[in-house]
Amino acid sequence: MKHLLSTENLSLFDAVRVLDTAEEMSAVGEREVKKLPALRGRTVVNLFFEDSTRTRISFEAAAKRLSADVINFAAKGSSVSKGESLKDTAQTLAAMGADAVVIRHWASGAPHRLAATDWIDAAVINAGDGTHEHPTQALLDAFTMRRHWSQVNGIESTGADLKGMRVAIAGDVLHSRVARSNVWLLKTLGAEVTLVAPPTLLPIGVEHWPCKVSYNLDETLEAGIDAMMMLRVQGERMNASFFPSTREYSRRWGFDDARLRMLDDLGMKDTIIMHPGPMNRGLEISSAAADSPRSTVLAQVRNGVSVRMAALYLLLSGDSREAAPNVSQSSKETN
Amino acid sequence: MAENTYLIRGAAILGGEAEDLLIRDGVIEARGKDLSADDATVIDAQGLVALPGMVDVHTHLREPGREDAETVETGTRAAALGGFTAVHAMANSNPVADTAGVVEQVHSLGRASGWVDVRPVGAVTVGLAGEQLAELGAMADSRAQVRMFSDDGICVHDPVLMRRALEYVKAFDGVVAQHAQEPRLTAGAQMNEGAVSAVLGLTGWPAVAEESIIARDVLLAQHVGSRLHVCHVSTAGSVEIVRWAKARGINVTAEVTPHHLLLTDELVRSYDPVYKVNPPLRTDADVQALREGLADGTIDVVGTDHAPHPSEHKECEWAQAAMGMTGLETALSVVQETMIETGLMTWADFARVTSFTPAVIGRVADQGRPLEVGEPANVILVDPAARWTVDPHKMATMGRNSPFKGKELPGSVVTTFFKGHPTVLGGQLNTPYRYPAVSSS
Repeated sequence: MKHLLSTENLSLFDAVRVLDTAEEMSAVGEREVKKLPALRGRTVVNLFFEDSTRTRISFEAAAKRLSADVINFAAKGSSVSKGESLKDTAQTLAAMGADAVVIRHWASGAPHRLAATDWIDAAVINAGDGTHEHPTQALLDAFTMRRHWSQVNGIESTGADLKGMRVAIAGDVLHSRVARSNVWLLKTLGAEVTLVAPPTLLPIGVEHWPCKVSYNLDETLEAGIDAMMMLRVQGERMNASFFPSTREYSRRWGFDDARLRMLDDLGMKDTIIMHPGPMNRGLEISSAAADSPRSTVLAQVRNGVSVRMAALYLLLSGDSREAAPNVSQSSKETN
Repeated sequence: MAENTYLIRGAAILGGEAEDLLIRDGVIEARGKDLSADDATVIDAQGLVALPGMVDVHTHLREPGREDAETVETGTRAAALGGFTAVHAMANSNPVADTAGVVEQVHSLGRASGWVDVRPVGAVTVGLAGEQLAELGAMADSRAQVRMFSDDGICVHDPVLMRRALEYVKAFDGVVAQHAQEPRLTAGAQMNEGAVSAVLGLTGWPAVAEESIIARDVLLAQHVGSRLHVCHVSTAGSVEIVRWAKARGINVTAEVTPHHLLLTDELVRSYDPVYKVNPPLRTDADVQALREGLADGTIDVVGTDHAPHPSEHKECEWAQAAMGMTGLETALSVVQETMIETGLMTWADFARVTSFTPAVIGRVADQGRPLEVGEPANVILVDPAARWTVDPHKMATMGRNSPFKGKELPGSVVTTFFKGHPTVLGGQLNTPYRYPAVSSS
């Protein structure tokens, strides 16, 4: 792996390797001194063309725990007001000696452009591009699911995949980079994915995706699921007639209190409820669901740092085909 | 040796039997076997195909206004090298070609350059704004003698305005060339809507946005009894609608671009904006339908939609990039690759779709004429056996945005005669045609 641009082309081998490395990184987070020297002297640039404090600080924490120097670059550049071009920005970062660029961009494909052109030679990590992909989010979701799924099945999570796990993803699939990255990655890991959304919020062509599609959340729940992932829905979508009103959306596709009870009534005691955040409480997810013991929302945030450490580590430290690092040993050096 | 006399030896006329052509003073003076003319410059055309100079119904020359992208001079040099002897310059310049003054300016620039006939296209509406008819009659009556009107780049989407435009141009035998794109269905559109856009997360440009406008417009053309030309047809459904309209006797012509005959939206997976174009690259099924439509006459002509852009408009994110591809210098090769080498068309068919019919649609006198005695000598010689690799940096157009970069293509233009003067010789630019001086009043 030279770059991490999407999960669509991530092999099972690489996906499991990231997750396994993240497990080791996670152990570091539980130490008193949460720091490894692995990327000492390397420079990681967080290049954000779109505001996302959560993702940026997660990457920042990950890079700092690996002892990298971190530069945060909040670049202006919306479709309305063009600022400096992506090319000039990239060449500027290259001239400053960036080893890795973590890029968040409102335009689908912007990370691919950085990786494919000769503007910059650094490793590129896609931190969310337009409505295309958000691979580290999918990896942290998969990490969270794998820990849970291994526990349910009484196996070690390291080395495991998600074979047989039933995952429903509900919400605005059309505009969701999280949904896309999850569909590809979960398929690679062997999970069975069902997308649930109003037909207006599913892309034309979704029938080619390696998943099931449903317009009915209750039927999907009744069929049995092991993880329920709710996607953020922007209320403004109703202004473009994607749905009639937020209340109607909530009733048909939101994970509300009644559906939370349904999980209990159907005996799905091990089913988890996930959300990539930030949540619209009362729209796609009720407070009771978000705060229930089934919710993994905070675990996802925590795991995000471990997964991003793993991604940075694997991209920046030597031969990508090497086995996962012996992190426990290097952490001893830090101590 | 007479300066204006050329003897072309042994060219396969329209791909048929090898004959000689004697060109003198801008006219084909003789055609036959073993012609002789002592004063002629002899051009050996063994193995070459002689065709009528190509006529592009759809070219963006960018001047006035975007001379950083292309000028009439550079664009027409590219045209001559590509085998064209006439191009229709689209109206979306700055200022827009919506007055007699602007179309006359473009017309004059074309004559001053002397590489090809430059036929300005007039805007249908003032400023391409889609609100008020431009002075179509004034443009028709101007020195530019505009016959084709188009808001190309933007659809004349208001059905009443489109109806009026179709009706009005009947007064001077004009044609409205429609850029068929329903604007509400394509707000923010970035690429063909389908399996690939779903994966790439790029806003879709659905086929129905093109097809619904074409369906409406052919019915309007029938209702008012006027002439409609559909620019850059890109979908299988559009081909079906045009076929249906022609079967009903509606006076509609349609155009396809070389890039839509060869490329598909799979290329967008690279996110390289060189593949960003409007209408967008479609699917393989669409490509096959377009080829069949061109072969069976449903689609009348090839139009390049040559759209040069400065590099900074392509060296950026996909969503930021300008739409458009260059095409003048690759059109012949791409049509040979997709239509002739596939056995779908002959060189005679090629002459029909690139010269005869385009000249009729644009009402261009002295262009698109048969290679017969007494006809104007707009003739090209093509080496169908040549193969070459496309290098945008070696092109005459200022645009470097060729989607065929690095591709090996068949066929090359060896010689272009424009008004009996060789603008291209041996595949290289020669000298432009110089119009006789007109005494100013």
